[in-house]
Amino acid sequence: MDITAEAIVFLLLSVLTLGSALLVVTTRNLFHAALYLMLALFGVAGFFVLLAAPFLAGFQVVVYIGAIAVLIILAVMLTPSVTRLPRIYNAQWAVNLALAVVFFLLLFSVLTPVVDDLGISGTWGANFTQNSPADVPASSVSDLGEALVDPQQYMLPFELASVLLMGALIGAALLVSPTARDDEDAPHESGQGA
Amino acid sequence: MTGFLQDIGLSYELAVLVAKALGVAVVGAFGLLWTLLGIWIERKVAARFQDRVGPNRVGPFGLLQSIADAVKIILKEDIMNRHVDRWPYNLAPILSTLSVMLIWAVIPFTAAWVGADLNVGVLYLVAVGSLGTVAVIMAGWSSNNKYALISAFRAVAQLISYEVPMVISLLVPVMLAGSLSVQAIVKSQHIAYLFAVPMTVLIFLISGQAENGRGPFDLLEAESEIVAGFHIEYSGMKFGMFYVGEFLHAFTLSVLTALLFLGGWQGPLAEKIIPLGFVYLLLKSVFVYFVLIWVRMTLPRVRIDHLLNFNWKFLVPLSLINLLVVAFLWKLMPDTDQINSFADALGPTLVLFLANVVMFAGVAWWLREWARRDREHIEARRAVVAEPAEATAAAGD
Repeated sequence: MDITAEAIVFLLLSVLTLGSALLVVTTRNLFHAALYLMLALFGVAGFFVLLAAPFLAGFQVVVYIGAIAVLIILAVMLTPSVTRLPRIYNAQWAVNLALAVVFFLLLFSVLTPVVDDLGISGTWGANFTQNSPADVPASSVSDLGEALVDPQQYMLPFELASVLLMGALIGAALLVSPTARDDEDAPHESGQGA
Repeated sequence: MTGFLQDIGLSYELAVLVAKALGVAVVGAFGLLWTLLGIWIERKVAARFQDRVGPNRVGPFGLLQSIADAVKIILKEDIMNRHVDRWPYNLAPILSTLSVMLIWAVIPFTAAWVGADLNVGVLYLVAVGSLGTVAVIMAGWSSNNKYALISAFRAVAQLISYEVPMVISLLVPVMLAGSLSVQAIVKSQHIAYLFAVPMTVLIFLISGQAENGRGPFDLLEAESEIVAGFHIEYSGMKFGMFYVGEFLHAFTLSVLTALLFLGGWQGPLAEKIIPLGFVYLLLKSVFVYFVLIWVRMTLPRVRIDHLLNFNWKFLVPLSLINLLVVAFLWKLMPDTDQINSFADALGPTLVLFLANVVMFAGVAWWLREWARRDREHIEARRAVVAEPAEATAAAGD
């Protein structure tokens, strides 16, 4: 495999994404963890650009960095003593590591040609077709838009996701509305989970 | 440019690389140099609104004042508090300026000069703009200062809320042009969208001004409450970068308004004499910028709860209704995907304009009703408060 410009960028992005993802879970400073999370998400946006999907890259930045990560930071800033956790409170790192390895192996077996060698690609393989980024049509944005509202394609999951988000929105509004909190002793955190 | 570089013996790839690097340098340098002149314009205009003269000592009409200030700020000592969180603290000013400079990459200055005509240009604008929020939060938190932290909290509430009506109003020109590319939106404005969708322009300007943290929405750096807000601990050029970032952000909002709603570089002969388009764009942008300074200098600062109520209970529903009305009418009109001349655009523009007039009338009526109910509410409450007070006063005697 020759080293192309894409390969170099891919390697850099991989180091950026994986490195900052690792720092998210190892750093003792919660605020730094949130910032590293942003960096990791930014790396993922870079992958989308590399895959000739600039629309998804844009949305990755708007939704995940601009909205979700910022809200995570808000929650972090409301948490007392975020900077120096005296010790690691989660004692399940061994179990988590094992789960992560298993999950990685599962992904690896599904996404790579290993399934072909085992002869189970029809059942387990992701059946990805490999298009060169240059072959991706330029009008993929309108294709995407039509696919989302086409009953033959992704209309049902799209609408279900909308209903789910709407439900979350109404639930959040209900949790923090003054009438829902009848007893004065209700813990203040009740609204923050939303 | 690429041809010339190839002539002097560079390979094609290297020539493209050098040409692109030069383009980046020119756009970046223009943005930063424009800041010097723009700050002078802003200070002069602001001074006139406040019945002052403004900068008038350095150079003719005080034109060189910004340069003197820039030299001063660069030479200033960089004071850093020992208790700051070093990395976020130092990165925040860079990110603040960067998030604005990145926007300039997709701005079509003329019919031919555009950095990168992305086919998702408008989405890119929104995405890059949201990085500015991150810069404010990083600065506010890492400064280790309670005023800065309060400012960061306000930033999250304000910037995230106002992004919603801004993005919804951005959908309208995208829908009318049928493209996310900024250049395509400019080219499809045979009649400036300002005349077709004035309501959208208003929503975009209000939410954009709030997104900048300027004008009546400058809660992030309210001097009388939180001293200087998120940049309280910054000095020297680090403060300067926030200042440049804020100024450029405000001016970029004007440029975007000019591009998306006022026809951008379009004007008489702009297609033939390419540099003329740049002049048109600059004139339109400066005009919008003048209006924004006007608003900024005239209106008092709003309170945080008023700010959020105004956004969620008025601006967001209004922008959604506006989007629905425009989309419905646009779909109803025939041949809206084949508008290639002034004459083609005339009919749809008139229909949309009339719809906007109706919407404006509706909004004015609704606001009047709301104000009337609010007044009644306050008067009723005042009556309730006044009565017991009189009763106790009488008992005391």
